[in-house]
Amino acid sequence: MTLTKKPETRPAPASWGLSTGKTVPWEYAPAPESTDHVTIRSEYGLFIGNEFVAAKPKRTFEVINPATEEVLARVARASVSDVDRAVRAARSGYNQSWSKLPGSERAKYLYRIARIIQERSREFAVVETMNSGKPIKESRDVDVPLAAAHFFYYAGWADKLEYAFPNRTPRPLGVAAQIIPWNFPLMMLAWKIAPALAAGNTVVLKPASTTPLTAYLFADVVRQADLPPGVVNIITGPGEIGMELVKHPDVNKVAFTGSTVVGKMIGRAVAGSDKKLTLELGGKAANIVLDDAPIDQAIEGIINGIYFNQGEVCCAGSRLFVQESIFEPLLDKLKARLGTLRVGDPLDKNTDVGAINSASQLAKIRELVQSGIEEGAEIFQPDCQLPDRGYFFVPTLFTGVSQSHRIAQEEIFGPVLSVLTFRTPDEAIEKANNTPYGLSAGVWTEKGSRIFKMVAAMRAGVVWANTFNRFDPTSPFGGYKESGYGREGGLHGLSAYLRFDA
Amino acid sequence: MQPLATAGNGIAADRIGVRKTYKLYIGGQFPRTESGRSYEVFDARGVPLANACRGTRKDIREAVRAARKAFPGWAARTAYNRSQILYRIAELMEGRRDQFIAEVTAAQGVGRRRAVREVDAAIDRWVWYAGWADKFSQVVGSVNPVNGPYFNFTVPEPTGVVGVIAPEVSSLLGLVSRLAPVIVSGNAAVVVASESRPLPAVTLTEVLATSDVPGGVVNLVTGLRREIVPTLAAHMDVNALDAFGVAPSESAAVEESGVENVKRVIRPPRDGLERYDWLSQRAQSPYLIGEYVETKTVWHPIGA
Repeated sequence: MTLTKKPETRPAPASWGLSTGKTVPWEYAPAPESTDHVTIRSEYGLFIGNEFVAAKPKRTFEVINPATEEVLARVARASVSDVDRAVRAARSGYNQSWSKLPGSERAKYLYRIARIIQERSREFAVVETMNSGKPIKESRDVDVPLAAAHFFYYAGWADKLEYAFPNRTPRPLGVAAQIIPWNFPLMMLAWKIAPALAAGNTVVLKPASTTPLTAYLFADVVRQADLPPGVVNIITGPGEIGMELVKHPDVNKVAFTGSTVVGKMIGRAVAGSDKKLTLELGGKAANIVLDDAPIDQAIEGIINGIYFNQGEVCCAGSRLFVQESIFEPLLDKLKARLGTLRVGDPLDKNTDVGAINSASQLAKIRELVQSGIEEGAEIFQPDCQLPDRGYFFVPTLFTGVSQSHRIAQEEIFGPVLSVLTFRTPDEAIEKANNTPYGLSAGVWTEKGSRIFKMVAAMRAGVVWANTFNRFDPTSPFGGYKESGYGREGGLHGLSAYLRFDA
Repeated sequence: MQPLATAGNGIAADRIGVRKTYKLYIGGQFPRTESGRSYEVFDARGVPLANACRGTRKDIREAVRAARKAFPGWAARTAYNRSQILYRIAELMEGRRDQFIAEVTAAQGVGRRRAVREVDAAIDRWVWYAGWADKFSQVVGSVNPVNGPYFNFTVPEPTGVVGVIAPEVSSLLGLVSRLAPVIVSGNAAVVVASESRPLPAVTLTEVLATSDVPGGVVNLVTGLRREIVPTLAAHMDVNALDAFGVAPSESAAVEESGVENVKRVIRPPRDGLERYDWLSQRAQSPYLIGEYVETKTVWHPIGA
C-alpha cells in the first residue's frame, strides 16, 4: 500500500539565493516504512474484561487508511448494552482487584505497559500512521515515545499519591469513562489511561471511530502485561455510544478530549451528577512574532505549529500574528519554507505532511478555506502534487485576514494558517486573546522581559516561548475559557482522577 | 406593614433613629437596584428588619461588567499587595465587630455567643486567606523536569470573573468563607447574597469599600434568587461559578446553564449545607483557591 511519489518540480526557496522564478527539480527517492512486520486483523471485537468480544447485537463498521482509502479492518460497533457490559466489567475490575492492590503493585503494571509499548514501538508507529494518516516520522518520534513516557511517568506516582497533595487524603474515583479524538489516537489513550490507573481507577475508553486500531493493539499490551480483567476496557462505536457511556449511572469520572461542541453536550449530560468531569476541547492558538524575534527559529516554529500532524492539533498555532515591521521578510521566508514541505504518503519517512484523517474532515477544511477566499483573504499554496488517492490537502496560508473572518475565529483542524499583523505588543495581546478559546499560545522574541510580559498576558493554558508544540508527561496541558478545564500531565493531571474527602 | 426594626430604631426613647438604606454594591458604588423595587427582610422571629434591594437581571449584568473591568488590575497587583488588602478587610471588620454580631444575631436568630463565634471566625478567615496570597502558587505551582532542553514551569492564574451564590443560611461566615478564596488569587466576584438574610452581606460591602479593595473586585446583588441566579449562571462573561450555596435540587439547572461558555462550576455538597460546619477548619482550604484558578504552563528552550 505504498504510494509512489511522482517527481515534483517546485520553485526554489528565495532563501537559497537562486534567481526567483526558476524552478529546480525537487526529488526524493521513496523511503517507505515497511509494513510487513505488522499484523492487522480483519476484525476486532470490543475489549471487555481482557477478552475481545463481539458486539451484541453483532454489528461492525469499517476502518480505513485515509492515505489510500483502503479498508484496514472491521471493528465492533458497541450497542447500549455493550456500554453497560463494559462499565460492569470496569466496576468489577475495580472492586475485585484494582482497588485492593497497593499502589506499588499498580505501579509495576504501569511500568510493564510502558516497557511493552517501547518494545513494540515500531508496530505501534506503523499502525498509527496507517490508521490516522499522520507521517511515520511523527508517530515514530512523537506519538509512540510520548505514549510510553506517559505510562512510565504516571507509574511512579501510583505509590506516591500521599506526597502529591499536602494535607489531603487522595482516593480513587472508581470507574472512569474516557473519550478520545482521532488526531493522536495512542497518545491520547496514554494521557487518559495512565493517570487514571495510577490513581487507582479502572477505565472504559472509547477511541474515535476512525482511529481505533492502536487502541486495540494496546488491548493486546494489556493482556501481555497481565493486567487483572476489567481494569482496561475499550469499546468502539459512533458518538452516540460515547454519550451513552458518559451517561451511564455507574460511571464516576468523565474525561473527554475533542470538539467544544461535543464537550458542551457532555457538560450538560453530567450536570447535576456526582461525576467528576475534565474537558480538553478546541483551540485557536495565537502564535505571536515580535520584531526582535529570531526569524529562522520562528519560521520553523510557525511551520511546526500549524503543519505538525496536518494541523489536526487542538493547540495548533493557527493564527499567526506578525509585527508589521517584519511582516514582509517573514512572509517571504515562510512561503519559501512552505514550498519545501513534502506532502504525501504518510508511511514515507521523508513525508512532512500526511493525509487528513477522514473525508468529512477534509470536507470541513475545504469549506473553511473556501470561506476564507470568499471573505476576501488572500490564499497562498505552494506548488504541490498530491497523491491520486486518499484525503490530502495542500499546506495553505492566508494573508489579509481580519479578526472577523471565519478562518480567524473557527478551529479549522487542518494545515491552514491565518496570518494577521499588529503594531504594538499590546495590540497583539488584545487580538490574541480575542477568542472564546484559550488552549495554547506562542511568543517569539529574543528579549527576556518581553517574553514574560507576553506569556503572562496570554489567556491560555500552555504558552510556548521561542518554541511550539512541545509535550511532556511532566508538563500539565489544558485550556482556559472554552478550551475546557482540568489538566493532563504532571501532578495536575493526577488530581483529575482523585477525590479528596472534605 | 409593621415598622422596621434595624439599627437606629430609637435606642434612646427621646430620639428618632437614623436607619440605613441597604443598597447594592457594584463597581465600588452603592446604587439602588435599577428596578426601584425592594423586598422585606425579616429576622428569625418574623419581625421586619429592613427593605433590601430586589436586584434584577440588569443589575447582575452591570455587576459582571464592573467585575470584568476590575479584574485585570486586581490580578496584576502583586501577591503581597493583595495579601495586605485582605488583611485590611479583617482589620476593618474587627472595628465593626459589634455591628456584625448584632446583624448576625438578628438575621440568623442565634444567640449572642454563637454570633460572636461566627463573626470572629469570619474575621479570622480573612486573615487566614490573606496569608495565602503570596504562598498559594508556591504550593500548587511547579517546575517540570521535561525530557529535553526546555525550561518548563506551571503557575496558577486567576480565572477571571467568578459568580458566588452565597450560602442561604450562614449569612456572613458562609459568604466570607466562599468569597475570600475567590478574590485572594486575583479574581473579581459577583455575589448573590443570601435571599432571606442579606443584611450582613451588605454591611460587609461597606467594609470592602473602605479596605483598599478596588471598586468592582467584589460586587453584591441582593434579591430573589429565582430572578437573578439564572442570569448569573448563564452569563457568557462569567468564567466560574461557586454554586456551593445552591440547594442540591437546583444545582443541575445552574450547572447546565453554565455549560454554554464552559464555566467552571463548583457543585454544592450532595446533602446540602444544613449540617455544614462553617466554623470548622475544613471550611477553609488552599485547594478552594485552586477551584478558581487556571493553570498555565510555559515552555522555553535552553541553549545558546
